[in-house]
Amino acid sequence: MGKNIKVNVEYLTRVEGHGNIVVNVNDGVLEECKLEIVESPRFFEGMLRGRSIFEAQHVTSRICGICACGHSLASIQAAEDAIGFKPSDQTIRLRKLLLHMENLDSHLLHIYLLVAPDLLGVKSFVPLIDSHNKVVRRALRMKKTCNDVCDILAGRHIHPISSIVGGWTKLPDEKALDAMLAYLNGMIPDMNATIELAAGLKFPELQRDTEYVALVSDDGEYPLLMGDVGSTDGVRMNKKDYKKITNEFVVPHSSAKHTKLSRESYAVGALARFNVNYSKLRKEAKDIAAAVGMKPKVTNPYLNTVAQLIECAESLYDAIDIVKHFKEKGVDHSEAVVVGLNEQKRILVKAGSGVGAVEVPRGLLFHHYEVDDKGIIVNANCIIPTGQNCNNIEHDMKKLVPEILDKSEAEITLALEMLVRAYDPCISCSAHFLDVKFVR
Amino acid sequence: MTKPKVAFFDFACCEGCQLQVANLGEALLDILEVIDVVEFREVMSEKWPQSFDIAIIEGSITTSHAVERIKEIRARSKVLIAYGSCATIGGVNGMKNNYELKDIREYVYKDKAEFFDTIPTRAVHQVVNVDYSVNGCPIYPPEFIRILKAALAGLPYHVPDNSVCVECKLNENICLFERGISCAGPITRSGCNSWCVNNGNICYGCRGMVSNPNENGFKAVLEKYDITVDMIMNKMNMYNKCREIK
Ligand code: SF4
Ligand code: SF4
Ligand code: SF4
Repeated sequence: MGKNIKVNVEYLTRVEGHGNIVVNVNDGVLEECKLEIVESPRFFEGMLRGRSIFEAQHVTSRICGICACGHSLASIQAAEDAIGFKPSDQTIRLRKLLLHMENLDSHLLHIYLLVAPDLLGVKSFVPLIDSHNKVVRRALRMKKTCNDVCDILAGRHIHPISSIVGGWTKLPDEKALDAMLAYLNGMIPDMNATIELAAGLKFPELQRDTEYVALVSDDGEYPLLMGDVGSTDGVRMNKKDYKKITNEFVVPHSSAKHTKLSRESYAVGALARFNVNYSKLRKEAKDIAAAVGMKPKVTNPYLNTVAQLIECAESLYDAIDIVKHFKEKGVDHSEAVVVGLNEQKRILVKAGSGVGAVEVPRGLLFHHYEVDDKGIIVNANCIIPTGQNCNNIEHDMKKLVPEILDKSEAEITLALEMLVRAYDPCISCSAHFLDVKFVR
Repeated sequence: MTKPKVAFFDFACCEGCQLQVANLGEALLDILEVIDVVEFREVMSEKWPQSFDIAIIEGSITTSHAVERIKEIRARSKVLIAYGSCATIGGVNGMKNNYELKDIREYVYKDKAEFFDTIPTRAVHQVVNVDYSVNGCPIYPPEFIRILKAALAGLPYHVPDNSVCVECKLNENICLFERGISCAGPITRSGCNSWCVNNGNICYGCRGMVSNPNENGFKAVLEKYDITVDMIMNKMNMYNKCREIK
């Protein structure tokens, strides 16, 4: 007789938000394999209706504390796109700096506090405070540095203050640039130590080829903030066509709304960006990839964590370059915008529809607003990275479980938990999840 | 002496306030010297089935399941801290209460709406007794440390009940009203060091209303600058809609 296995992990820990894993193997046959999302729905899209596009980013950054800057930038982009406003080159550069800091901060949190405990065989980072005190201190120090840079640039990292539709209410002066540069340069030794540590970690084996989706562009930059949407299956579309990219669909047997593009599922996130845009990575980032033997296309989802490490170097060194650019060329302070642009009728508002597509830590994030002639949102839609990854995670689980059936239930459970955690799912921003089964 | 057992629990929120803890950097380790964190789902797999000396609650209560869960946590906790505006005043989740529940549920989840259990958003104190409140969206870390110290020592902490304007003036910001822009500072509790205004934005009232807003005086200010009460209340309602629940 074949094996019976029942895995039911409720309240998956060390991921953002609440998720359950359900696996049911009956007589050696995989009958059920699901990632359930049980976050209390928060109805953000509903709450945006009737709000001005000039307020929207304050609301949407509150979708997720980890991706606060990413949501706020996608929101601003969608709003500006809707009214046909073009941000200046300086504004875009500073936004990119903010996004780099958030991606770096989030990746570090994930690598050190959420994934490393699994690989070191402990339940959380707390026991590591005694056993690996230096490592924990380094992690906290690096995280704080990202946070300090965001404080200088945008007032704070969690719910940035000075980045708004139209530009920045506060621009860094010479002192602020120097301080940011000192923080960033000061992080380099810790970054080197991180690379050394992470390169030595062993990740589980699982190969499943899938379609990887990320922003693509024709310039030389590793695209995070601007561009079209592309995939490793050769797709390229304008972000306005995001609905043709995500193709949300309802699965009859599970009431789950999933996404797919050219095949049964697709993935977004650090590994997807690595696979799509490897050639555009900076030398510092490519060196790490070479050292750990990663070359596109990498099809082991557990290696998303290593792709994040590679992106840490990308973000740190590109951030340094951005600050240096401003130190050389100077900051044009006349561009500072005064808040309440709408009240002052300083920005021309017209009815329209706009899309923001931004590469946030966990992958491609879309915001779409329809606004009336007063800049009031009449319809809003957000498609978050974890929503797009859910279907792909389930397909990974279906591939993985039969391969490890000979292991104990505890080992299978851990392997599945680690798989879900590798995607760094931010379930708390379940602005748009249908992936819930309360009916038991 | 055994260290006090502290647990973090999250309800409907963005979890940004608990992240503020991780953002303390190495100072966090000093705090961990004096407390024993026994449950903190976002960063720990450990669970603690017994009672807590301090439970720190983040997020608003938005489902009937959450009502049961918060009551159960309250029953096991000596001291309960509402942490962040989602917990202390309902925060952004309160905006949901602007709409008919049925309508907003159908707007977001279409024909799957019935899968989503939802009740009007409540702040934690609207469901169970709260001993300390840490306001802010997100919380202001220096204030949190002060409150945690008070809670550990069993001392009272009085949430400031004067307006953000007091701090704003000390920071020598030019008042936004002078520039023809409306700001919720005059009716919002201080304690954040006028964070947003220092960074060129307005105050949106994320720390909740002062208990005794000088409404008439405030209205006079609004009239002077030709700003409607509706306009400012619409801003205030971004975080403060739950105050209407009795
Ligand atoms: S109060 Fe604000 S920052 Fe804190 S959890 Fe709620 S939404 Fe997030
Ligand atoms: S800017 Fe706002 S907080 Fe500051 S003094 Fe004026 S009204 Fe008060
Ligand atoms: S200035 Fe107002 S909105 Fe900003 S943190 Fe303080 S109370 Fe909250």
